Amino acid sequence: MFRYALKRLLGLIPTLFIVAIFVFFFIHLLPGDPARLAAGQEASAQDVELIRKDLGLDKPLPQQFLRFTSGALRGDFGKSMRTKRPVMTEIAERFPYTLNLTFAAMSWSVVFGLLVGIISAIHRNHLPDHLGMTLAVSGISFPSFALGLLLMSVFSVGLKWFPTVGADTPRHYILPAITLGAGVAAVMARFTRSAFLDVLKDDYIRTARSKGVAESMVILKHGLRNAMIPVVTMMGLQFGFLLGGSIVVERVFNWPGMGRLLLDAVDMRDYPVIQAEVLLFSLQFILVNLVVDLLYGIINPTIRYK
Amino acid sequence: MTVVRSPWSEFWRKFRKQKLALLSLAFIVLLVVIALAARWIAPFDAENYFDYNCINQLPSRAHWFGVDALGRDIFSRIVVGSRISLATGFASVALGAFTGTALGLVSGYYEGWADRVIMRVCDVLFAFPGILLAIGIVAVLGGGIFNVVMAVAIFSVPTTARLVRGSTLSLKHLTYIEAIRSVGASDAVILFRHILPGTIPVIVVYTTMRIGTSIITAASLSFLGLGAQPPTPEWGAMLNEARTDMVNAPHLAIIPSLAIFLTVLAFNLLGDGLRDALDPKLEQRC
Repeated sequence: MFRYALKRLLGLIPTLFIVAIFVFFFIHLLPGDPARLAAGQEASAQDVELIRKDLGLDKPLPQQFLRFTSGALRGDFGKSMRTKRPVMTEIAERFPYTLNLTFAAMSWSVVFGLLVGIISAIHRNHLPDHLGMTLAVSGISFPSFALGLLLMSVFSVGLKWFPTVGADTPRHYILPAITLGAGVAAVMARFTRSAFLDVLKDDYIRTARSKGVAESMVILKHGLRNAMIPVVTMMGLQFGFLLGGSIVVERVFNWPGMGRLLLDAVDMRDYPVIQAEVLLFSLQFILVNLVVDLLYGIINPTIRYK
Repeated sequence: MTVVRSPWSEFWRKFRKQKLALLSLAFIVLLVVIALAARWIAPFDAENYFDYNCINQLPSRAHWFGVDALGRDIFSRIVVGSRISLATGFASVALGAFTGTALGLVSGYYEGWADRVIMRVCDVLFAFPGILLAIGIVAVLGGGIFNVVMAVAIFSVPTTARLVRGSTLSLKHLTYIEAIRSVGASDAVILFRHILPGTIPVIVVYTTMRIGTSIITAASLSFLGLGAQPPTPEWGAMLNEARTDMVNAPHLAIIPSLAIFLTVLAFNLLGDGLRDALDPKLEQRC
């Protein structure tokens, strides 16, 4: 298991390297001259040249790329062109907000999605199933920004139950976490239901029932554990969508996280920030998928890692 | 005596039973008709008609969906906006599915180095979570609807490629493919006449679902100010404009939200119905 984890970790390096090349050249295709933008509209041509030199933009591209990767490996992504502060400091300030929000959304949506999925599977083609699946298909069809605006106008502006913007107290987390997790909960519910239906028709479930195991035990012990295998994969994939989705939800709730930082950076063509953020977002995503692969082994003992 | 059914009539026999999917299909057809005839249906100019006397007015007989903060008729804007949402949805998925299918066929049929290169590229595309890739692409190419279509299309390529590769791999070892090869059919004939049709159920179900997701992604980009720009009546952009006055004029946000929701819902329900009708495993279960 440990050796497998190590092997997979090393296997990430080429993918990450390609992602880094991608991100680096991506940004250099951006229209507009970053040095001119950093200097401001009124700066003289001389000042622009000075800033270009300062940022290392006058060097040939391969040299810039080397500088970028060696910096990135040390966690140094240069300075934000907008705030003149180190990019890592900017990101470090925002990161906990996005991480907490993502976890809050993930936890409620997984629990809720699993519950709805299991209940729907057990009561297949009956009222609870119809209700659950109607909720689920609506959940995947309702855009998160619309849901966020709706929740905010009803519960924050109208009823004043929750604060509208900011991220200071746990109460601030409730509406953004609901908004961000709704789609995931819906996908999890649909997926759990079909995984559960697949498992429930297997032979060992019939065996368990026929030897007189209580129905609740059949569902929880024999059913759930086996249905969890595809469900865990889905969770990993959904985590990636949460990271992406947080960009939109952060805009709606004016959340001081990485998503808003990224959008501001795109607006201002603050390319050191964009580079670092895209790289970190994909690093997170890749790591989560690795963790999911490793979780398989724990849930499903028939998988042996070599 | 067993009745011999063509795949098409077999599909129709099962699909016909899916009432919700049929209803969704009807709704989508209606939407397409509305989008095509938008110019004649919209009672007012969607971008350049301003009635300053009824700003933020609620729905009425003259203005079915009410009036927005600049005095524009919301019904006309929704109708004209349907063109954009449907066009971006269809175009991006068609482009993404076409590219992904081609890559998946090559990858699954030839395997070897082509397979490794294509799958590695897909891995890299998969390394960008959801909308991030689209934001990155729009950041490079700039905003506007055409670039949004490109950004959303790229998003569909890796999944289609993997799905098609998977079914190509399983189809190419079947006896009928071997038989065709043994009578001397060329690779192109085998791929396009015999393997491609076998992968179509997978592609159809996935792309139908994907249109819904793509419409949401495109609307999200416009909502973030990266896609269609005002005064274009794109639904996501309309929601973004509505944010400023949610208290006094909630209908400005509710109506475009409902438009996106119902459209995406229809595609998702249709996708569900198609899956149930095309999935051979399901019949054994029922």
